[in-house]
Amino acid sequence: MNGPSHTHKERQSLIWRLHMDMPLLFGLCLLMGFGLMVLYSAGGESESLIYRQVTRLGMGCAIMFVIAQFPPRFYAKWAPALYGFGIVLLLAVLIMGDEGKGAQRWLVFGGFRFQPSEIMKLAVPMMVAWYFSERVLPCRKRELFVAFLIVMCPTLLILKQPDLGTSLLIAASGIFVIYLSGVSWKLIAGFGVTGIIYAPVHWFFVMREYQRERVRVFLDPERDPLGSGYHIIQSKIAIGSGGTSGKGWLKGTQSQLEFLPERSTDFIFAVLGEEFGLVGVAVLLSIYLIVIARGIYIGTQAQETFSRLLAGAIILTFFIYLFVNIGMVTGLLPVVGLPLPLVSYGGTSMVTLLAGFGMLMSIYTHRKLVST
Amino acid sequence: MLGRKVTLKNQFKEIALYQNRMVVSFIIIFLMMILLLVWVANLQIFHYERYRTESDNNRIRVVPVAPTRGLIYDRNGVILAENRSVYSLEVVPEKVNDLTETVNQLQKLLTIDNDDVERFWQDFRRTRERFKKIPLKSKLTEKQVALFAVERHKFPGVSIEARLVRYYPYGEILVHALGYVGRINDRELQSIDQENYKATRHIGKVGLEKFYESILHGTIGSQTVVTDVQGRVVDDSISKKPPVAGTDLHLELDLELQKTAFKALEGKRGSVVAVDPKTGGVLALVSTPGYDPNLFVTGISSKDYKALLNPDRPLFNRALRGQYSPGSTIKPHLAWLALQNNIVTPSYSIVDKGVYFLPTDDEQKFRDWKKGGHGDSISYRRAIIQSCDTYFYEVAFKMGIDLIAKGMMQFGFGQDTKIDMGEEVPGLMPTREWKKGARGVHWFPGDTVNTGIGQGYWLSTPLQLANASAAIANDGERYNLRLVSAIGIGETKKLIEPQLAEEQVDIGDGLHWQRVQDAMKDVNHNLIIGTAKSAFGDAKYKSAGKTGTVQLVALGEDRDKEKENLAERHRDNALYIGYAPFENPTIAVSVVVENAGGGGSNAAPIARKVIDQYLLKSNKDSR
Repeated sequence: MNGPSHTHKERQSLIWRLHMDMPLLFGLCLLMGFGLMVLYSAGGESESLIYRQVTRLGMGCAIMFVIAQFPPRFYAKWAPALYGFGIVLLLAVLIMGDEGKGAQRWLVFGGFRFQPSEIMKLAVPMMVAWYFSERVLPCRKRELFVAFLIVMCPTLLILKQPDLGTSLLIAASGIFVIYLSGVSWKLIAGFGVTGIIYAPVHWFFVMREYQRERVRVFLDPERDPLGSGYHIIQSKIAIGSGGTSGKGWLKGTQSQLEFLPERSTDFIFAVLGEEFGLVGVAVLLSIYLIVIARGIYIGTQAQETFSRLLAGAIILTFFIYLFVNIGMVTGLLPVVGLPLPLVSYGGTSMVTLLAGFGMLMSIYTHRKLVST
Repeated sequence: MLGRKVTLKNQFKEIALYQNRMVVSFIIIFLMMILLLVWVANLQIFHYERYRTESDNNRIRVVPVAPTRGLIYDRNGVILAENRSVYSLEVVPEKVNDLTETVNQLQKLLTIDNDDVERFWQDFRRTRERFKKIPLKSKLTEKQVALFAVERHKFPGVSIEARLVRYYPYGEILVHALGYVGRINDRELQSIDQENYKATRHIGKVGLEKFYESILHGTIGSQTVVTDVQGRVVDDSISKKPPVAGTDLHLELDLELQKTAFKALEGKRGSVVAVDPKTGGVLALVSTPGYDPNLFVTGISSKDYKALLNPDRPLFNRALRGQYSPGSTIKPHLAWLALQNNIVTPSYSIVDKGVYFLPTDDEQKFRDWKKGGHGDSISYRRAIIQSCDTYFYEVAFKMGIDLIAKGMMQFGFGQDTKIDMGEEVPGLMPTREWKKGARGVHWFPGDTVNTGIGQGYWLSTPLQLANASAAIANDGERYNLRLVSAIGIGETKKLIEPQLAEEQVDIGDGLHWQRVQDAMKDVNHNLIIGTAKSAFGDAKYKSAGKTGTVQLVALGEDRDKEKENLAERHRDNALYIGYAPFENPTIAVSVVVENAGGGGSNAAPIARKVIDQYLLKSNKDSR
């Protein structure tokens, strides 16, 4: 850190020298703590489950810490390489990937499996941000087209696995960069209209039957009360029966008697809703809002195009993450398999999320401070 | 470092644009957060009641508890039908991922019959209630229970349940008296009170079990429990409403007598019915061959069932539904009727040359069973003792069919005995009207003559024969037959009064009863001419009886010779009716043995064994 020597309280603090952002860290810790509490109940008071989750969170925080140490310029430099590497891996998955739950998502590397799509969650916004960083913004139509290509390539590859949730997130992360780069509202509106026209085409020619069924069941869960509709029905019952103040920690009947499926992973929000009620939900949303607000603030403070666009995309994607999950669990959106960020039990995506926050911290703490 | 373009980039414009976008984003995010919160509040506040109820419905279940079926006792308090705990393998289809696969695996593991599997699928298709346990295999052996216990983790949704199931300790001996229970089928499902049978799997199918179903079944109870998603009961202390057990039945039946009768008939096709003449209570009711009712309780295999469909017809309740020509067994009744109506006087006698001609028609011959006849001066008395056909040909002709039919109906022929078993057949007491209606032909005098020896169109059931025998023992007073004498147990035990039959004999002159009874006594005890003397001659008690030998195919002149060459199924039916002790009758019996030959030598000995058992062993104390 060779920035100009400005005497600011922040500079002296240990936390600053460690390239951590205190408010963001605080928000994340609140979130993880609350999440662990809910998970303890959802997992049937299993200590080993909590232990594994803490280990994973610890690993994620370590990665966040390491990532925060490198300046944004470093990531900009490596963005194309990472992106290219990711594309290669995605192709590899399609060719020789391991099947899990009927979809090819995993690559096996010397005994451990991972999802290359996770890399793309960061690589795509990085790549688009890098692409825009050397261009005049708002960009021209040809550049916009290239940007779209950058986004669509991995999106389609992941959609083919098929993994609707992740491809949606990745597309969103890339599109957010484009949006933040200042594409005119007219164009955005144009895309919106195109999307509406395209939707039926997509329904009939692109979507897989199981995806269509998800949508149908989403619109009418009673269609399949024992199958995929069962999740939504049980989850709404859990949340609704929680009432204002909830049934109490460890006392949710839907979750404790196991009527709620996937209660420690994708549907953990329903456990929270049942046991902590509307109050708990408000608390959780508030914590999320703190994190997001801080992320947005960091974005606005970024000094280079690349960091600015990247920071904005990361935090907006984070919101999409939680919105889609909560929307799905509460029956507002169709069931797309996405975990509740930093609360759901589960591995890879959490690490990626924390890596993203590491980048936010890197962006914030590597600024060249201008005296006022 | 960034080259030429840097100079073209307008940083301030870019930042302004960016910040504008970020502010818009934040506003949208904030609004969407509010949307989520409102949406959740909508679920948690405005739809709270509904979801709260649904979550309670999920976990709180009212489990129906089946009542215990009433027991059946004999007259001495011996249990004839009980409930035994049986292990059965049961499946909750909703909890099984791949039902077909699971059933296949279980079938392999426990070697379950295809019949059971088929029945399971039937039940499965029929069950409308969710999360109901459907039995796959009843009556698991200990080995099967152990085998499953080891592998049970592989079969979520499958469990072993202990259930009370009907058991008939005396099997085939009592099957035609008690009937049996079996799994409730579609048709029964339509007619029963479904609420009350929610937890019940079995229902009376046949006989007593069916007739007294409403008494035996009891009233369903319930238990409110908290279950998890697997249906496992987490808390059963919420509330309870115990079921009311079914009411016990106390029968008139004497198990030891029944056993004796069954043993005496074993290997033959036939029936023994013993009744108490003073009440109409059925002391024994046997039809052979029998079958094991326990096979039907949990579902009979098609192999076992096919085996029961043999020509001996074990499923057929001969006592209740067998319709036989009564033959000579009704001669005492006809004699009484003739005497009572002054058709003949007690001293009236005939000369029997072995053949009878109608006064109006000397073409048609009616032969006596005894070639050459019974000789001179055959009065009613000798006609009964020796079973003279010629006498009764003439007397019947003199009485005419109208009188005979009316009189015999009063003895219960052609009518239900009202026995509490259901599915009784009334036999047939032929009349002019009947013949005209059923056959479209007039009644001929020859028909009357045949009726005089209990042949022709006349059909009777073993129950009717026993009841008609009891009527003579009782000087004409006749009761409806019944198996059950009391219901309930302990203080609530309720005795059921015997009921006189609706049609009663015009009792008239007591002397005629005595005449007929004396003649019947000689059937058993006249050591020279009594047709049942070889069976009853040496009995320690006095008794009365009448034999019957019913020809099933028409024979020519040389009938004795022809009989030897007859196919087994065409041989004569052996019949016997009687009662004892002579002075104060306590038991009246009927015996029918199909295709056995003469009644005196084939049916009477069976009656003797039965009466001996009742008078000398079973009822010794009360004698």
